[in-house]
Amino acid sequence: MNNGGGKRINGGTEEDDDEDDVNGDLDAWERTYTDERSWESLQEDESGLLRPIDNKALYHSQYRRRLRSLSSIATAARIQKGLIRYLYVVIDLSRAASEMDFRPSRIAVIAKHVEAFIREFFDQNPLSQVGLVTIKDGVAYCLTDLGGSPESHIKALMNKLECSGDSSLQNALDLIDGYLNQIPSYGHREVLILYSALSTCDPGDIMETIQKCKKSKIRCSVIGLAAEMFICKHLCQETGGIYTVALDESHFKELILEHAPPPPAIAEFAIANLIKMGFPQRAAEGSMSICSCHKEAKVGAGYTCPRCKARVCELPTECCICGLTLVSSPHLARSYHHLFPIAPFDEVPPSHLNDPNNKLQRNCFGCQQSLLNPGNKPGLFVVCPNCKRRFCLDCDIYIHESLHNCPGCESFRHSKPVISNEE
Amino acid sequence: MAPAPSKLYADDVSLVVVLLDTNPFFWSSSSLSFSQFLSHVLAFFNAILTLNQLNQVVVIATGYNSCDYIFDSSSDLNRSFENGRMPVMCSSLLQKLEEFLIKDEQFSKEEPDGRIKSSLLSGSLSMALCYIQRVFRSGALHPHPRILCLQGSPDGPEQYVAIMNAIFSAQHSLVPIDSCYIGAQNSAFLQQASYITGGVHHKPQNLDGLFQYLMTIFATDLHSRSFLNLPKPVGVDFRASCFCHKDTIDMGYICSVCLSIFCKHHKKCSTCGSVFGQAQSEVASASDKKRKTPET
Repeated sequence: MNNGGGKRINGGTEEDDDEDDVNGDLDAWERTYTDERSWESLQEDESGLLRPIDNKALYHSQYRRRLRSLSSIATAARIQKGLIRYLYVVIDLSRAASEMDFRPSRIAVIAKHVEAFIREFFDQNPLSQVGLVTIKDGVAYCLTDLGGSPESHIKALMNKLECSGDSSLQNALDLIDGYLNQIPSYGHREVLILYSALSTCDPGDIMETIQKCKKSKIRCSVIGLAAEMFICKHLCQETGGIYTVALDESHFKELILEHAPPPPAIAEFAIANLIKMGFPQRAAEGSMSICSCHKEAKVGAGYTCPRCKARVCELPTECCICGLTLVSSPHLARSYHHLFPIAPFDEVPPSHLNDPNNKLQRNCFGCQQSLLNPGNKPGLFVVCPNCKRRFCLDCDIYIHESLHNCPGCESFRHSKPVISNEE
Repeated sequence: MAPAPSKLYADDVSLVVVLLDTNPFFWSSSSLSFSQFLSHVLAFFNAILTLNQLNQVVVIATGYNSCDYIFDSSSDLNRSFENGRMPVMCSSLLQKLEEFLIKDEQFSKEEPDGRIKSSLLSGSLSMALCYIQRVFRSGALHPHPRILCLQGSPDGPEQYVAIMNAIFSAQHSLVPIDSCYIGAQNSAFLQQASYITGGVHHKPQNLDGLFQYLMTIFATDLHSRSFLNLPKPVGVDFRASCFCHKDTIDMGYICSVCLSIFCKHHKKCSTCGSVFGQAQSEVASASDKKRKTPET
């Protein structure tokens, strides 16, 4: 939002250099008018009277549209999800990333949201691994190798954020193709490119590289920050990824976080396999041992590898000594909600709102909030298709985005849950 | 529902959502009778409400067939301060509890077969978390919520996935889940819940002194806990159980498609039907996708 109202109220000459100072010289009440523009949040209703925009209903309808589009993809066929993912995030550090159309600059916004994305990614996919690749001066560099610890990636990213030169898609894809060919066959290979530039300077034929990626079964997705480009669209279509272009910072955040939950997996892409894993016990409180990750003596609070009895500090990890993947059962449990999703709740058609028979459930089943608007008019609510309990809009969003349990279905022993994948 | 916004919420104002186990199968065979238990617990609620004028207590009953809200100390019916006396809560709580138990029994369809059955902990946890989200939405000034499970029934393995979902959601919203287990064996679910969310788990040894355990361990607000020496988690067992034998295992094999756990090498996954070592050309059939849940 540009600062069009930067005029000094008490007159005086202004130069363009003073634009930045003008904001600082405005009083607080003046800043409210230049920054917030509260008159833009008014709407006219059918009789021409002003009323404020009902943000809650707007937010909820956007949320439901997104949920419907996601669930329609999932229920079209009984689609599996790729739970063990090996994802490379490609960050474009070319000249275009230092543009300031995103405040304070594109690269600052990208870095902030990549950090949030990495944490959310490991939260939803604890058995997966992430690597970072940067493109600078036309050359692609591997910033961090594939690893399962979010802190090491974030620390490495925050150190190297200088932008210069051109961007090269082909170099990045070639580099990643080399790395991803070494991972086990049961893993799903993915690339997420955050592209700020409007061009790509490649040493050879990028179409060949795209075909090579397609043959290696790497799913490439791109989030553009500038404008839509044909080559990105072609890459995503060929490899089965998603291409989106961000309109502003909050849209970019939404787009990048959409890549955190596991995407529908294409069955031929990964070979199903049994992976040997260990479930270490917590070491006793006062025990002293040399931990294998930091190579120093530590007291208590660690885990013991069941195969080689080495001590590791945190889970999930790979034992440094014998190479066994070590996890705890909650890590596996974090992914179970992807396998057993709950059905989206049904909206109630407006004709039923005034039905006098529906006096039974006046409160939302989850939070006990009244479903009636002030004045005893019926408000908006949704209904679970299995247990037929009513929920308010906020509980609907919380249940589907965070909780993944329907309180109504869980609170009644004799209701039969229907898994939404089955039709 | 919220008090006047001019009141400042200090760090030690708490909202305690109590999940009370009312499973008749457990209480009929427990050494502590349900009425004795209620007397301890009601005194505990009164004590929490006196610790700070702005404290709130919400009680959800975890029944055998259903769960429901029993009591909310912030609702208008329960706030009758007259001459500084305690709010009249006991009678309304007991009345609603009795109505709930009568309704819960009417849902029963099967004959009990002698084994103590589990109560619907996942349902009441989910309802508690929805209520807490509503408190978070109510504005910048709100009490610090936490959940206290008073549970005696054993863990129900069919609820594992739902309980883990609730635990992770509580961890994400920074809501600690305390648990006081008064049954015979140990409850692995509650131990894990308290460990993951940063709450306190305790199994009192002497149930006659239940009120004392509740007051010394579970009554303090979250801010003051950093100054207290509360029971530390000892030996929380995070090992998984294999799907085939339900044994606890140290090392196992995980199906890369559906994350089912097996103790021995198999050719085919029994949950999702994937054949190992081959690229799949078809998606698994619906009959194999049963909602099998592991036990811990």
